[in-house]
This record gives sequence, C-alpha cells and structure tokens, in this order.
Amino acid sequence: MDKAVQISMSVNSEAVNRTVEPRQSLADFIRNELELTGTHVGCEHGVCGACTVRLDGQIVRGCLTLAVQADGCTVETIEGLTESGEIADLQNAFVTRNAAQCGFCTPGMLLTAAELLVADPGASREEIRKHISGNYCRCTGYQAVVDAIESTARSRLGEAS
Amino acid sequence: MSGLTIHDRPNSYIGRSVSRPNIRRLVEGKGRFTDDMSLPRMLFAAFLRSPYAHAEIVTIDTSAAEAAPGVVRVVTGKEMADVCSPWVGVLTHLEGLKSQPQYALPIEKATWQGEAVVAVVAETRAQAEDAVELVEVEWNELPVVADMEMALDEATHVIHSDLGDNLAWQREFATDGIDAVFEAADQVVEETFHFGRHTGVTLEARSILSDYDSSEEQLTVYLATQTPHMMQTLFAKHMGLEDHRVRVISGDVGGAFGIKVHSYADEYATVALSIMLKRPVKFIADRLESFTNDIHARDHRITARMAVSQDGEIQAIDYDDVTGVGPYSVYPRTSGIEANQVVNMTGAQYACPNYRARTNVVFQNKTPMCQYRAVGHPILTALTEGLVDKAADAIGMDPVDIRRKNLLPDDGYPCKSPTGMLFEQLSHQESLEKIVQMMDYETLRKEQAVLRDQGVYRGIGIATFIEVTNPSAMFYGIGGAPISAQDGATIRLDAKGNIIVQTGVTEQGQGTEAVIAQVAATALGVTMDKIKVLTGDTDITPYGGGTWASRAAGVGGEAAAQAGHALRQRILEVAAIMLQADAATLDIQENVIVDVADGRERISLAEVGRVAYYRPDTLPKDFQSELMVTRHYVPKDYPFAFTNGVQASYLEVDPATGIVTLLNHWVVEDCGTVINPQLVDEQIRGGVVQGIGGALYEECLYSPEGQLLNGNMADYLVPMAGEMPDIQVAHVESRTADSELGAKGAGEAGTAGAPGAIMNAINDALKPLNARVTRQPFTPERILQALKTV
Amino acid sequence: MKPAPFAYEKPGTMAELFGLLAEHGADAAILAGGQSLMATMNMRLSAPEILVDINGLKELSGISVSADKLSIGALTRHCDVASSEDVAARVPLIHLAMPYVAHAAIRNRGTFGGSVALADPASEIPACMVCLDGEIEITGAMGVRRVPAATYFKGLYETDLHEGEIVTAVHVPVLGNGERHAFDEITRRHGDYAMAGLAASASVSGTTLSNVRLAYFGVAGTPVLAIKAGAALEGTINDACISAAQNALDSDLDPFDDIGCSAATKVHLAKVLLDRVVRRLVAVN
Repeated sequence: MDKAVQISMSVNSEAVNRTVEPRQSLADFIRNELELTGTHVGCEHGVCGACTVRLDGQIVRGCLTLAVQADGCTVETIEGLTESGEIADLQNAFVTRNAAQCGFCTPGMLLTAAELLVADPGASREEIRKHISGNYCRCTGYQAVVDAIESTARSRLGEAS
Repeated sequence: MSGLTIHDRPNSYIGRSVSRPNIRRLVEGKGRFTDDMSLPRMLFAAFLRSPYAHAEIVTIDTSAAEAAPGVVRVVTGKEMADVCSPWVGVLTHLEGLKSQPQYALPIEKATWQGEAVVAVVAETRAQAEDAVELVEVEWNELPVVADMEMALDEATHVIHSDLGDNLAWQREFATDGIDAVFEAADQVVEETFHFGRHTGVTLEARSILSDYDSSEEQLTVYLATQTPHMMQTLFAKHMGLEDHRVRVISGDVGGAFGIKVHSYADEYATVALSIMLKRPVKFIADRLESFTNDIHARDHRITARMAVSQDGEIQAIDYDDVTGVGPYSVYPRTSGIEANQVVNMTGAQYACPNYRARTNVVFQNKTPMCQYRAVGHPILTALTEGLVDKAADAIGMDPVDIRRKNLLPDDGYPCKSPTGMLFEQLSHQESLEKIVQMMDYETLRKEQAVLRDQGVYRGIGIATFIEVTNPSAMFYGIGGAPISAQDGATIRLDAKGNIIVQTGVTEQGQGTEAVIAQVAATALGVTMDKIKVLTGDTDITPYGGGTWASRAAGVGGEAAAQAGHALRQRILEVAAIMLQADAATLDIQENVIVDVADGRERISLAEVGRVAYYRPDTLPKDFQSELMVTRHYVPKDYPFAFTNGVQASYLEVDPATGIVTLLNHWVVEDCGTVINPQLVDEQIRGGVVQGIGGALYEECLYSPEGQLLNGNMADYLVPMAGEMPDIQVAHVESRTADSELGAKGAGEAGTAGAPGAIMNAINDALKPLNARVTRQPFTPERILQALKTV
Repeated sequence: MKPAPFAYEKPGTMAELFGLLAEHGADAAILAGGQSLMATMNMRLSAPEILVDINGLKELSGISVSADKLSIGALTRHCDVASSEDVAARVPLIHLAMPYVAHAAIRNRGTFGGSVALADPASEIPACMVCLDGEIEITGAMGVRRVPAATYFKGLYETDLHEGEIVTAVHVPVLGNGERHAFDEITRRHGDYAMAGLAASASVSGTTLSNVRLAYFGVAGTPVLAIKAGAALEGTINDACISAAQNALDSDLDPFDDIGCSAATKVHLAKVLLDRVVRRLVAVN
C-alpha cells in the first residue's frame, strides 16, 4: 500500500533525488533526509508557522505539505535564503533589534516576513502584525520582530526611491 | 587598579545594548536544537498514553506491537521500574507536603489523561507511533477527581489511598488580631478571583536524545533543559549511576519559561530505554503530548477581602485559596511552591501589617501543575491589585493616589513583609511616579472621559508588583532538592589572547551568553569579539543551577565578574614580569596591557598568552602562570533579591462583543543593574505578552471527566502578533549590595504584572456599565456575561 | 504525530482520477491544498489508505467570468482568489471574506474547492456560497452535476458529495445592479475560526434593501441562511427593522456550544453582526 515514491526537486538550488514514504512531510524530509535543520517543526498541525518554507516561490507550511507533493518543484529554506543573501538585510535587522530570542520560530518568521517585504514594502506596522500573525513567537512578544521587519521595509523603500 | 568595581571599569559593557553573540546562527537557521541532533543507530520512542483521566491498568498486550515493522522494544511500567526507580515530589521546608511515588511508567493505574503508560521504541518515530496503536490495554475506569473545589469533599474519591485524602499541602499564615481590624474597618471589599489553568507552549516541544555507552558506563543525554546539572543528578540517582557517569548537554533550547526546569516521566523513560537497549533513543514530544504533559500552572480560586480606611489606608488583607495540582506533586521542585509564593508575597508591596492567608493544594486527575514563568506572581499581583482598585473605588479615591499612599516608601529599607520576606531596597514610589509620567496619566483620564461620553469604553489599569529573583538555597536546597543555588564561572585566556568562559547558567534565548560575555569582557578589559561563552554541558561547565527564577544574570553574572577580575589579576602578574613593572600600575583595556597612569599601550593580551603558554622558559623559575580561574557565587545577605515594578494597561472593551483591544502598555521595572538594556527590555516585553496570554486567551479547558478539551495549538489560544500592543519600558536601578554587579533578575517581571494591569483596565472600562470580571482569561463570553448581555 | 501510512497517487487526467476513486472507494481521500486534511492526519484523527493528489489536474485551477457568472476552479488557491481583480469587481463578497481565511502561508496552499468540499462549519467560504446562492459543480465518473449551495451543505462536515465524486468548481452570480455585499466575523484572534460570522448581500437603493440574504457561519453544522431576519430587513432600514431582524434571529438560528463560546453568545454575536453588516450595506460609499 504505502510504497515508497521516487521524487526529485530543487532544494536551495541543488538538485535532489530521493525515495520517500508518501507520509513523510516536506518539513520532515528537509530535516531528516536533507539534514537542513533550520526548518523547525513546532506543531505539525499548520498552526505555529515554525516549519514555513518556500515551495515554487510561495511560503507554505512544511508540516501540511507532503514531500511527494514537492516532486518537480523548487524548494527554498532558511539555509538557501541565507546562502543567496536575499534576506541579509532582514537577518541583520533581526540581529540588531534582538528580534529572535530562542530562535525556534525565527526561520519561519523570516520566510514569512520576506514574502511581505517583496509584496508590500510599504506595509504599516498593523499590516506587518497581521501578515506574521500565522507565525507564533512565544519569546519576544512580537514588537522586536515587527520593528525589524518595519526597519528593513523602510530601508528597502529608501533604496528603491 | 584592582580597587575599581565592575561599574568603574574603562570600556565597560555594563549598560550597553550589545548584540547577542549567539543570535546570528539562529537567524541563519543554524541553531542546534536537540531534535537537530542525530546519532548512529538512533532509535525513536513513542508512548501509549492513557485515554482516561483515572483508570486502572488491568492487562497490557504488547504482542502485536512487538511484531510491527521497525519495532525494537515495547516496555511497560513493571519492566521500566527495574531500570528507573520512582520518585516523590516533596520538599521538607514545605512542611506536611505529601505525594505518592511516581514511576516513569505507571504500574497500577493512570492518573491523568495523557500519562505515558507503555513505551514503544522503533527505527522511526512513525513506526513507533504505528505500533503504539497496536498495544492493547484493558482499562478499568476509576472515579475522576476533576473539580478542585470538590477534591476534599467526603464523598470524593481519594486518588492515592495510601495518602488518606486528596490534600497535598495546606498552609495558613495570620498576623495577630486581624479579625478585629476587619470589624473596625471603614470599608471592606471582597472579591473572588479565578485563575485559568494554563501551560507554557514552548515552540520547541520537550526534546531528549539519550545515549548509553555500556563499555564506559557513560550516559550522555542531549536535553532541552534549563537545568543540566539538576537533571544529571536526577538521571544518575534514578538510573542507579554515579553522577560523573552522566553527562547532560543542552544545546539551543526553543523556549523554556519554566516548562523545561522540571523532570518528566517520559524523559526518565527515554533515558531508561537507552540504557536497556544500549542504543541512542530520541523522544520529541509532539504537540498533543505537550499539552497533556508539559506542566500546567495557575489553576487557583481565591476568595479575598481587603480592609481600607475612608482616607485610603490599606489596613488588612485576607484570602482563602484552593489550587488543584494534578495527581502528583512534581519532582523535584514540588507543586506547593506556587501557592506558597502567593502566601508569602500577596500585598507585600504595601505597608499593610495585617495579613491572613490560607491555601489548600489538592490532588486531582489532571495534568500535573508546577512552576511556570513568574511562579505565583501573576496570581498574587492580580489578587492584590484587584482588591486595591476595588477599595479605591469604594472610598472614591483615584487608583494612583491609593497606591501612592500605601506603597512602601523608597526610603524605608531594608524592611520585612508580614510573612518575613526581607526587602533590601525597592523603588515602588519612584517607579509609580515614572509610569504616571510615561503614560501621561492625567491626559489619558481626560481622553477616557471624553470617549465615554461618545459610548467608547476605555480603561486604565495599574498593577504594582514585587518579584522574587536570585534565590539562595532558601528556595529549594534547604528542602532537600538537588538544586544548586550557587553558580560558577571558569574563565581562561588562550594562547592567542582570546577568552573562554564556561558558566553553569544556561541560555534559552534570554541572552544569558551575551550578558555573561559582557560581564567577563568588562571585568577583564577585553572586547566582546574576544570572548566565547560555553553553557549547557555538565562535563565542561562549573556545577550550577542553570537558568530559572531570574537568576542567570544576577548569580551567574556575578560569578563571571569575580572570575574575570581574578583572571585579569593573573594576566597582569604575567605582564608585570614581562614588562618588569608593578602589576598594580597595569591594567587591561581593549585587549591590551596598558599603564594605568596614562593609558599607554604596553603589550597585547596575545603576547601575554604566547609567553605564558609557549615560552614559559622566559619567565622566572619560581613563577607559574595560572591563566584559568574559577569563581562561584551565591547570594548571602538576602535569601532573595526582590525586584519591583509597575505596569499600566490602556485598552478598549467593545461592550457589544466583549472583545478587548489592547491600545498601549507601559512597564517601569527595577532589576538593579541593567547589564544590557535591549535584552532586559525584550525580556520584559516577552514576559508581558505571556502575561497577556493568561489574562485574555490561555486556558486548559477540561470536561467533567478530566478530558482536556483544547489540547492543541488551534484551540488553545496564545497571543499572536495581530492583537498585541507595542510596550513601552523604562527602568529604575536599585542595585543589590549582595553582589558587586548589583544585578537582580528581569525575566519574569513582565509576566508577573501584566494580568493584574489588564484586569484592572477591563474593570475600569466596564465600570460605567456596572460590570466586573475576575475570572481569567477574560474571554469575550465572560465579559458579555458580566454585562448580563448573555 | 506522524500520519498513519498511506499510498499516494497523483492522476494526470480526470479519467485517471475517477478510475482511482472507483478502485479505492471510501478508502481514498482527495488531496487538494491539504491544509485541513493533513492536520487531521497528523493527529491520526483520519487515516485514509490512499491519498489521491489532484494538484496535477491544472484544468481545475483558474477563475473565469461570463456575463452573469463567475466561476472558480476547485483547485484555485485562496491567495489567487484573494488577489483576483475579477473576484473583487464582480463578486465583492468573496473578496471581502478572503482576508479572514487563516493566514498567508495557508492561503498560498489551501484551495477554494477544498473549503467547499470540507464544509467546515466555521469556515467563511461555504457561507459566501450560500449567501450568493452559488452552485457547486460536482464531477464524477458519470458526469457533471451542479448543486445549489443551499442544498449542498447538509450537516456537520456533511455535503451532497458522494463517493467517487469531487468538487470541480463553484459558480456564483456576479454582482447585480444595485447589489451590495458585506462581510464580517467575530474572532478572538486574527485568522481564527469565527465565534460567529455573517456574509450578506442585498439590493440597495438609498436606505432601502431588498433581496436581503444573510448567511451565518460558525453557528451551526452548516452555513445558515437567516430567512426571517432577511425578510424583516426588506424595506427602509431603520433601528426598528434592525431590531426586528435581530429578534428574528432567535428563530432563524439554533447554534451549538463550542469551546469557549456558548450558543447564547453565538446568537448575541449574530445579532451584533447583523446590525454592523446591515449598516454597512446601506452606508453611503
């Protein structure tokens, strides 16, 4: 019944071929098979957002997406975004503003914020708060996270104009 | 220059918001959490958990599970008890506290829904879970004690018949003549407060990877914990090993808040399984297991009254508390401490000499309760400050004015509370005046009045508080728990002039490593980039208590300061020989040995390191350099370093829906020396939001059968970004003289004060509508009920 | 928890899909966005033996408009519905509702048809379908049928979808002349399932309403069309008729208790929503 499936995809710009059980989530696949442990599993129910990764350019819950569904797709994780430098400014803002405490939610939070920064760099604090509201953080109380995203957005707007 | 204290050092990092040295890896996804660890031949544990709150285990059939794919071993309570001995969660200084021996897996009966009963070990977690479904247990359901109010009734089933009743502990405290004070009082206000049972919801679930090497009798446990040395001692004790055969390593920890300061049955079981199998066994609690097994907290019903004179003098406080703590007192910290804190500190920020407290701590068939961030303080603060607001209202006094009149005066220290709590130096009055200014109280009151006329219901709530930090052995050690009150730091200079610090306090994101590095850098005279801090490994760090009760900066920081001073002296001795100078004329500034007199640079630290390690032949024969120093510290003059502060909330209640919108929140906090303002502020903010969680959202809801109804992240609500306010934070600094550093703790103050401030603000908003709420969390439905809308 | 083991098939054509559904019957579950299904499987609350992934069936995605209908393919992601200018202009109700559907990452993956097929009682989309008097397009091996939303949602997680069938699209009437839509819901936190919610449409002329349709969600096993309340609102809107409509909700609605929100509270919140939404309908833009 549950026979393994051969899949191939691009993960952080590298071609990946593996045979997986259908029931393996994309998050577990990334962590356990590819040993990219920056993607975290916080609830496995799609609520907390710690497992957020990019699938074909859009953020998704890694725990609610099966690895087999990523067959033929492009997957990006925090490691890939770090390597490419795409969110270096945002990461620097997180460091400067201490927008991460325990750091467990942070990769997911960064990927979620990155999507907003591209879609709407003029977002207000309230819009930033709304956008990241699917990502739980139990440590910071969110203000530092909002500050870091806001300052990154403002500096990107400044550079663009 | 050795006469200078750490506060006078040149190029000091004390009071500077430097970035945490360990944050970069977290934002790049390179954290090292326990579940990120993988070992050769690693197996995975999953547990069959009791579906009932109280049921006898009649038979267990594991045969189908044992035959399932990938399964290596299935273990029941009896077998488990051969490897792991039971424990009893009592402390002798909580006189009369009793509990039943608790096993890693119960043998006779399960006493809460979700208790682990059978362990399955398999090659993958999924296979272990598959096999759990094949374990067959025949249960005999027993009467459930769910409602704590009924736990002591004659007719109620006694959970542990050996104990005789369901009373875990009782404490009464009373000053003389209190009844007469109430009888003579101008006004007596009464109130019943309910505090919802909630839990920590660390984003990283409890995580453990245990590895046993029988050739060396060496147990290595990777554990998401706040207290590696305590866990080392406990694992050794209950597995029958010597402490030095057990190594506990705590890498990055994904949130703790007190959840990860306790020992858990399923974690002992995982360790025992690795010993049985002589292979690494990993157990990562899934979110459903977290909700029924991570400790719960705060489930209290408190009936209270306060006597106040017509001119606003608070004359007496009296309360009666019942709290249900689950079927066992949690080991080793016990489940009596929360209620005990409430007894010790209710009303203690006020100059009120008459006080009576009664608390009943009862057993019930729910998840065990124990200490969680700010232990007892959110309860006692809301209780005290709720009464103060009600008293002010009864005599027609402004809530700020009644606090001004009754808060302990800033020039009256040291002093003692009625229960004997010793306060060194607090700043209630200065803090209150500061927050009144920050929030522009008068303007806010005017705005509130204008809006009220327009049918907009806004409220202002104030909560002053005290918070216990930097505990001495009076907290746990005195009662027999293997919990270190002292902590140590070992500092060494390497051959290239860098500094390695090993500390017994641990990091869960607060910034412990940054603060230790700042203190060490300052004491030594080196720059932050030269310092590496090592934490969370019992084989390499000095024996210490870890991080809890807001002690890391105050206790661990002082040890680092003293070790830093001592190493600086040792370095200067070597330099003095090299420079043929008097060590007293030298100092270290920014990694360079300098002349104290004019700051002239002499030689680098690297040069000292080079000579000390590679060319000791150039030093005198009778001199041996000792460039590694360990110092320990424990608070001695005061059993606890109390901090104080005040919080204020401004919010709006929609009387149509009962929805509360948080508009603003202010905190003035006095944690003594502020080592890193940014980190302290972020501790406060995060703490406030956890307090808001308890006030507005979080509650473990149970059915009468003891079933947790909302034990998942979708139904158990925690604060999300969208509803939280920005929080303004300011400080007063009353240093403790117990240490040179003068730092008290800051990690829990936010959580301590927020619920009281929110409650008072909601009740202030509802006042013109003649409604009050005192049952946390203040859900829309409860507010609508108070308004008699539904 | 990890899901129980299952087999996985990803059909490339509708024929393959129906072949698989016929072969596996009740043992199969359709995997579209998976945002609800995977969560329940990760709690082992459901354990289908085979998942049939329809994400390869591109013909099920997309939004199209004709003169009087707007059609949304079942596999269209929430995010694409939310950003669709056609939806915003022609069926504002759905556009108004989309920001309330969960959170960004869920909207990127979750599908419109999936919400209709799941029929979560607290979900926004089924209520919009009922309010708009839309049709659910259901396809099976035997062909295509269209079912009015009002009869499609039958009970708690129960629909008119039979074994071997899938939802392939929804069709809703576009905004008529003078027609307005309004949407609101009451949640404790942004993105949560609503304690009560209301999707409303009406023909508006000044302060006069006609063809009022009030579809509530989060108050029963299915979306509830509040017929008596709607009728009470026909005519010129004033405090009295709003009050009458609110009273009519006592008989229109028969809610259940859920965690932290009793039936009585739900009825009350439904009344509050009625007031707010109706005033929004007649508000001068």
